[in-house]
Amino acid sequence: MSWACIVLPHLALDGVLRRRPASGPLVLVDGPANARHIVAANREAREAGLHVGQRLSAAQALLTRFDALPYDRDAVARWHRFLAAVAYRYSAEVSLLPQAIVLEVGRSMGLFGPWPRLASMLRADLSALGFRHRLAAAPTPHAAHVLAGLADGTAVLTPDALRRALHDVPISKSRLPAEAVASLSGMGIRSLGRLLALPRDGLRRRFGGELLAALDRLTGELPAGLAAYRPPDVFDLRIELTHEVENLASLVFPLRRMTGDLAAYLAGRDGGVQRFTLHLEHREGRATDVPVGLLSPEREPDMLFELARGRLDQVQLPEPVLAMRLIARELPPFVPAGRDLFDERPANALPLEQLRERLRARLGDHAVHQLDSTTDPRPERAQAMACGNDFCGSGFSRDALEPGLGSGDSGLAKAKASRLKPLLQKPVLQQADAPRPTWLLDRPIPLRGAAPRILAGPERLETGWWDGGEVCRDYYVVETSLGQHAWAFCAPGEQDGWMLHGWFA
Amino acid sequence: MAAVVALSTLLDARQVWRGRAAPAPLGEQPTGWAALDEVLPSGGWPPAALSEILLPVDGLGELRLVLPSLARLTRAGRTVAVVAPPYLPCVAGWRQQGVDMRRVEIITAADGDVAWAMEQCLRSGSCAAVLAWPRQADDRTLRRLQVAADHGQALAFAFRDRKHLAQASPAALRLELDAVPRAQVWVRKCRGGAAPAQPVPLPRAAH
Repeated sequence: MSWACIVLPHLALDGVLRRRPASGPLVLVDGPANARHIVAANREAREAGLHVGQRLSAAQALLTRFDALPYDRDAVARWHRFLAAVAYRYSAEVSLLPQAIVLEVGRSMGLFGPWPRLASMLRADLSALGFRHRLAAAPTPHAAHVLAGLADGTAVLTPDALRRALHDVPISKSRLPAEAVASLSGMGIRSLGRLLALPRDGLRRRFGGELLAALDRLTGELPAGLAAYRPPDVFDLRIELTHEVENLASLVFPLRRMTGDLAAYLAGRDGGVQRFTLHLEHREGRATDVPVGLLSPEREPDMLFELARGRLDQVQLPEPVLAMRLIARELPPFVPAGRDLFDERPANALPLEQLRERLRARLGDHAVHQLDSTTDPRPERAQAMACGNDFCGSGFSRDALEPGLGSGDSGLAKAKASRLKPLLQKPVLQQADAPRPTWLLDRPIPLRGAAPRILAGPERLETGWWDGGEVCRDYYVVETSLGQHAWAFCAPGEQDGWMLHGWFA
Repeated sequence: MAAVVALSTLLDARQVWRGRAAPAPLGEQPTGWAALDEVLPSGGWPPAALSEILLPVDGLGELRLVLPSLARLTRAGRTVAVVAPPYLPCVAGWRQQGVDMRRVEIITAADGDVAWAMEQCLRSGSCAAVLAWPRQADDRTLRRLQVAADHGQALAFAFRDRKHLAQASPAALRLELDAVPRAQVWVRKCRGGAAPAQPVPLPRAAH
């Protein structure tokens, strides 16, 4: 067993800074209203002389212009859990410690490579998300926590080395129970090595079982006793904007952060997202929802950002935005698209799925579709839209505008028709042989102009009796005075009152 | 003679009449119309370039001009995008011409978005051919489309009204369709050679 510990010394500040593109002195303050003191300060503020623990009034005397934000415990807890979800990508056993995350990496190293490589991957992820951190590895989680508190990058991978490493750890940094640490320093025991060398009976009598248990957990004699972290099934991230935003361009920066966080979370779960909502909060609880839907689960940060931005660009903001929230409830498994090794397309080609998503993001959900034939013999119902490989249902079909007509109905109709076939002996041309136009009109319109010249026909279509949409038409191929070849019909037996239904373009 | 002119340039430019015409080599993207392939300098559609097809009215055979190529491409498993068609493509009719409809993506777009959608499809490199009916397309737009077609190595077809013929166009090929007195196609501009003076007849199928 090897455990890695990520200590997040500036969790609160980093959580605030990552949504503020502008720089300048910034402090987080906490405490009662009459005794506010600084709990975190960024570099600019520290250079100006502000420091942690200082009273806000003293800071104001030192520096005239700086931003003071309240320390938000809920936000810190949220970032803490979010980073645990990111770490979950590397290990199935992740636990939360105060201002730190521990994860079991002994087994993960089989997949991700030895500790230096795994450590650099963890560091890259955390740095990309904008969180400062210290890393350490040790055979027990508590020891890793202690070592990470001492120095960044310590890696102790065997129990013997752990004993040696713990030997020189000062008691004040040992993260043992606070009262024990205070009395041990008073007794002149200043390092963990000295403490571990003391007889256990004496320690138990003087400090009770609690200290011994903590020591045993540190060295691995007792199990760590940490509650395992379970990532939530819903991704919900809210960013409060620092000022009221009236134009969409200012939402792009936080949006990029949010979609990046979503992608990191999805990578941790090894999942994808198919549908998420951007919730733009206005004053007094009003909100604008921007749903973003994808054809297939995705988790590419750039793609999620581009699609969300495409949807956001379409929105008219009714009033200024105070906060933005990204909610993803459906997190289906993600299957990366397979690519053909002998793909003929140019090397920098955008996959077709991504092209479809991009078009849908700007043009609307049903802007991209395919057409497929149905079993209905009536030309206006003989084809329907199909999204991808599945039918969207007749609700989206321009050809089935009449209610109560779906592909299900036509399937039923076909069953009926085949059963009744012997009764329907009609001199109808086989559809495969009969000429079909290449353009079809939405609905037939009267053919204007001089009487057309008949080129072929008639082909009689007499069908649709089963659902009230009965048609009885003679279809001809005709040539108009402009030289177009048209597919037109008229009532059976007549050659008058031409209705145009398509073009042989 | 001040300058030396290579014989091949003279021949390619069709300024020299040769007693017996050599059979034109088949191009990368044959149109499927032998008579048209013969007069086009690239032996077919200009590959990775914009072709403009100008018509007086819809339904003159503009699709018949391109459907053989679409059939060839879709049967080879390549995707074809149809942006903002003026009517619904008729599945049965396209199938009769040999097109695999599972490879045809139909994109509906408002007038202002047609050129954008067409450019995205071309640039992506995942479409072998893109057909579009842009209503508002100026010289700049067409130039962008031409660059996008080159970038994505795709065939681009822009179908426009005949009134735009007088406008200069950056398209590599401009064809004009005519139905009266007979169906024929004029090559108005073709990159890499002089446009033939005679129209190419476009025989219509006996229905």
